[in-house]
Amino acid sequence: MTAADGRPLLLDAQGITKRFGGVHALADVAFQIRHGEIYGLIGPNGAGKTTLFNVLTGIYAPDAGRFVFDGRPMAGLTPNEVAARGIARTFQNIRLFANLSALENVMIGRHVRTHAGVFGAIFRDRRTREEERAIEKHAYELLAFVGVHRRANDLARHLAYGDQRRLEIARALATEPRLLALDEPAAGMNATEKASLRALLEQIRATGITILLIEHDMKLVMSVCDRVLVLDYGRKIAEGPAAAVQRDEKVIAAYLGGGVELTVARTA
Amino acid sequence: MQVALPIGKARHPAVAWTGIVLVAVALAALPFVLAGIGTAWVRITNLAILYCFLALGLNIVVGFAGLLDLGYIAFYGVGAYTYALLASPHFGLHLPFWVILPIGALIACIFGVLLGAPTLKLRGDYLAIVTLGFGEIVRIFLNNLSRPFNLTNGAQGIVLIDPFRIDGYVFGKSHTLGSLVFSPPINYYYFLLIVLVAVIALNFRLQDSRVGRAWEAIREDEIAARAMGINTRNMKLLAFAMGASFGGIAGGMFSAMQAFISPESFVLVESIMVLSMVVLGGMGNVFGVIVGALLLSFVPEILRYTVGPVQQSLFGRTLIDPEVIRMLLFGLALVLMMLFRPAGILPSAVRKRELEAGVAPGGVRTS
Repeated sequence: MTAADGRPLLLDAQGITKRFGGVHALADVAFQIRHGEIYGLIGPNGAGKTTLFNVLTGIYAPDAGRFVFDGRPMAGLTPNEVAARGIARTFQNIRLFANLSALENVMIGRHVRTHAGVFGAIFRDRRTREEERAIEKHAYELLAFVGVHRRANDLARHLAYGDQRRLEIARALATEPRLLALDEPAAGMNATEKASLRALLEQIRATGITILLIEHDMKLVMSVCDRVLVLDYGRKIAEGPAAAVQRDEKVIAAYLGGGVELTVARTA
Repeated sequence: MQVALPIGKARHPAVAWTGIVLVAVALAALPFVLAGIGTAWVRITNLAILYCFLALGLNIVVGFAGLLDLGYIAFYGVGAYTYALLASPHFGLHLPFWVILPIGALIACIFGVLLGAPTLKLRGDYLAIVTLGFGEIVRIFLNNLSRPFNLTNGAQGIVLIDPFRIDGYVFGKSHTLGSLVFSPPINYYYFLLIVLVAVIALNFRLQDSRVGRAWEAIREDEIAARAMGINTRNMKLLAFAMGASFGGIAGGMFSAMQAFISPESFVLVESIMVLSMVVLGGMGNVFGVIVGALLLSFVPEILRYTVGPVQQSLFGRTLIDPEVIRMLLFGLALVLMMLFRPAGILPSAVRKRELEAGVAPGGVRTS
């Protein structure tokens, strides 16, 4: 399966709809993410961005629509099955394992790619010992990759805010995702932290992982995203290269309130 | 590449080994010292070790996986009745203990899954209520399964349960070796001690494994755990099953030691007691849980023997019945404990910090 421009597709979403009571959190949303791109997902508060993440990662079941990931449909998958298929995520309000060390957090991310069970745990056979060593090594390398290896043995809740965000990314990377879905990773970061986050996103992309990024920081989105999807009231109002979307009237209206403001924005 | 081990990683191996040998000698001599004070104390110690098993089993469910279980004693009961029915005149069956204990563990394990399956979506208070109900259901069944077919002999319980027997060595009889007298409680003491060491090792290994980490992830944040690819349903069932089988084995040993069991031994208060041991000692910390179990087993017994004499010496007479005041003091101690050390005597994080003194992979030492 390929996109219009011939690049292979990683995720194809069609007609995604999710209702909460009478509220259309998502209405017939369709988009396609290509291999190796950084795909931005923006929109005002309450536009349905996080709901889209939750539907994609199996936390909610969509009321209609379907995802095809890497050529295979994803229907009725539980969150852990989604992770096993290769989609990892972070959370808008950080959800680390607060009372475990940073290293353990990332080691838990290796769970889905490793196999030891109760018997391995009890008897510690050679294969289990080797697997444990590999888990710990891999986890530590990922900590170093995101730059929090110096805090490897500190409890996650004792880490600085920016480090917690990075740790969450490391934990997600530990599941060996093909698609990494980040929910507002720059929230609460200062300018320096944002700059290094941007560098980290580029590094992750360089390893061949595709990124789906929810972000409110337009500067970051515009500088790092190849293409952007804009949601408003659960509907797709624009999609395309970042620069083009930025000039889109509907997008400006959504952010500034439409009508009069739209004219102001255009003249400004 | 150096991997931190959870235990036995002492800075000076010689010191560690000396310590281990000293503790082993002390534990080996303990029952004879206690027998000098009174055989009752050996029995009390044995029960304390059984409570250690129960607390360690419940620690898997509550401490590791974070699932509040108020019906844990039901698994103890299931294990006890399994042993009693397969090794007593009740059905005329007299299977050896090494056959029954695994059967008891397996049946308790099945009950654990039976309890776990319908409660997968429940957490906290709601889970506590359902598990509490489960514990009561099992007890009521034990109490009433005397008709139409007499399975459990109802409230009368089951008597004349076989003691353990290894070849010709019957645990229920006294044996002499030179000048040492191995009375029945002392026989069981050594058996319990060996099993306890195994159970402790098992707990540590489970905690420091892929499975243990998955449990801790569920305890910390179930949604994040699922998003990381952990099959929370299977892992929770596994925690219930593992915890239950510990209880089942403990129940089997209880049955053999007491030679008599009835549903009265498996009441709600017992579940609460074991949970208190886990919470008091420090949820999730294996040593903490053991300390909690030993304290809550011994303190009421020590109070039983000291409250009377202390009153005598203070006031010249016994003002309050020891039986009444000892539970009062015990309750007070629990309240104070929870006020001043809410995370338990040995909170889990303390152990974590001790571990963190180790070397991280890649040779980076962290403070």
